[in-house]
Amino acid sequence: MSAATTTGTATPTAPGGLATTVADLFDTVPEDTAPLVLPADLVGELEVASAVITGIGVIAPTGIGVEEYWDATVAGRCAVGRPTRFDTSGYPATLAGEVPGFVARDRVPSRLLSQTDRSTQLGLVAAQEALADAGIDPNRLPDYAAGVMTAATAGGLEFGQRELGHLWHKGKQFVSAYQSFAWFFAATAGQVSIRHGLRGPSGVLVTEQAGGIDALGQARRVVRKGTPVVVSGSVDGGLCPWGWMGQLSTGRLSTATDPAAAYRPFCADADGYVPGEGGAILVVEDARTAERRGAGRGYGRIAGYAATFDASRKAEARAEAEQRPAPAAGLRRAAELALADAGIAPGEVDVVFADAAGVPELDLVEAEAIAGIFGPHAVPVTAPKTAVGRLLGGGASLDVATALLALRDGVIPPTVNVAAPAERYAIDLVVGTARPAPLRTALVLARGYGGFNSALVLRV
Amino acid sequence: MSMGTTRSIDRELLVRLLSESVGLEEDADLAGDDADTPLVELGYDSLALLHVAGRIEADFGLILPDDAVTEDSTLASLLESLQRAERAEGPL
Repeated sequence: MSAATTTGTATPTAPGGLATTVADLFDTVPEDTAPLVLPADLVGELEVASAVITGIGVIAPTGIGVEEYWDATVAGRCAVGRPTRFDTSGYPATLAGEVPGFVARDRVPSRLLSQTDRSTQLGLVAAQEALADAGIDPNRLPDYAAGVMTAATAGGLEFGQRELGHLWHKGKQFVSAYQSFAWFFAATAGQVSIRHGLRGPSGVLVTEQAGGIDALGQARRVVRKGTPVVVSGSVDGGLCPWGWMGQLSTGRLSTATDPAAAYRPFCADADGYVPGEGGAILVVEDARTAERRGAGRGYGRIAGYAATFDASRKAEARAEAEQRPAPAAGLRRAAELALADAGIAPGEVDVVFADAAGVPELDLVEAEAIAGIFGPHAVPVTAPKTAVGRLLGGGASLDVATALLALRDGVIPPTVNVAAPAERYAIDLVVGTARPAPLRTALVLARGYGGFNSALVLRV
Repeated sequence: MSMGTTRSIDRELLVRLLSESVGLEEDADLAGDDADTPLVELGYDSLALLHVAGRIEADFGLILPDDAVTEDSTLASLLESLQRAERAEGPL
């Protein structure tokens, strides 16, 4: 591996331990390498195990469970509205995508209730569905054969806010002992791991929205290193005042009060996004073991993955001062690298699931990346997340699950609340109703606040 | 100042507190046969015991001695410590 890459340090984990070393989490390619060529010493790795997705569990504002969610998504039903978990009056942004009718007591073992944040409770339910869907009984797996690799954005915010309230209003003796870990980014991964006895390599990625893809990229890496099963994806949340303030501070939330007018990416007058909770857990598996146990090729293969980080303003200024071209936009580079990783040409991609920031400057960057790689109006693009909001880490995982279902059924779900994209974006956005189409390859894009860009190529 | 409990501590109250604070193991009969089984053997780890101790102190307004909640604690021993502490501090 050349000196410019940052991989190479072995992750210091005991079996079943948590690994979050940055060096191990991101593949990087040396700056001076042409974007569509991978270094020769990485190509060999590509010939190792293929990772397929054999199980999906979904928990979203439009449905609990895969089929309920998919039906609503194809139908273009929108679940954006005023949240019931707390009162948003008085805040500039008032709308969210909330999972309705989830009674934790009915779905989560009583022993786990008081030690889990809502996002972890949602994640446990999705993980259970994913494992059942995959037909995997963890009790029958060899020890260390399965790990958990998820993503989270801020951990257990609702739990933490409640305990802060206890501390403030009642005193320290009223703070739950479980605050010690219920807030932590890895709480969901940890609880899933403990509940199902998944003691293989496990960890959590914290890259905001991009995390939902980064977790899957890392899961594939773990599979290639010899762990046949990784429970991955992300279920995220934070619909509470504390979480609300965090997202408000980005300046990217829509202030519209009408759900139909709030989150409209690629519209000329887009004014931001709507936050939400939920996501998807996906079982990533070595294609060989999946085949051997009769799971076939599952929903599809993770054919390519890449992550990049936006150049800092300092780097941009330096390039300008030295009269060099500005660093390539991170999102475009991530998409190109993922396609190269998959070994496929842009023309082979049948649909793009957009990050869809809903903020004009960011929509432009994405539209230019898509048009730049594929050509104007050259590939169908969609953002079904308009029906549920941006779900932090869970959003990108839900997009991956949605893409796999689209590939399965040969139908592209619509972007809701958008009549037509602005002309200047030059994208073929699927709006109105779902569009049937023969689909074999999907590209999923995600950006995390702070500069994270990730791309995943799925293929059946 | 105690938190909303207006009767003296009995087995039923304690089981309810445990249920609310750390949940009940499905196949454990805390009120009956398992009253003398160490809580750690019923699946309650050290953090759960810490959490329960905190809840008891907060809800009943009592201070438990350090050796009241340990790895050997059972529902019965916990109840006894609580009732002793309650007698020492007077009725609620």
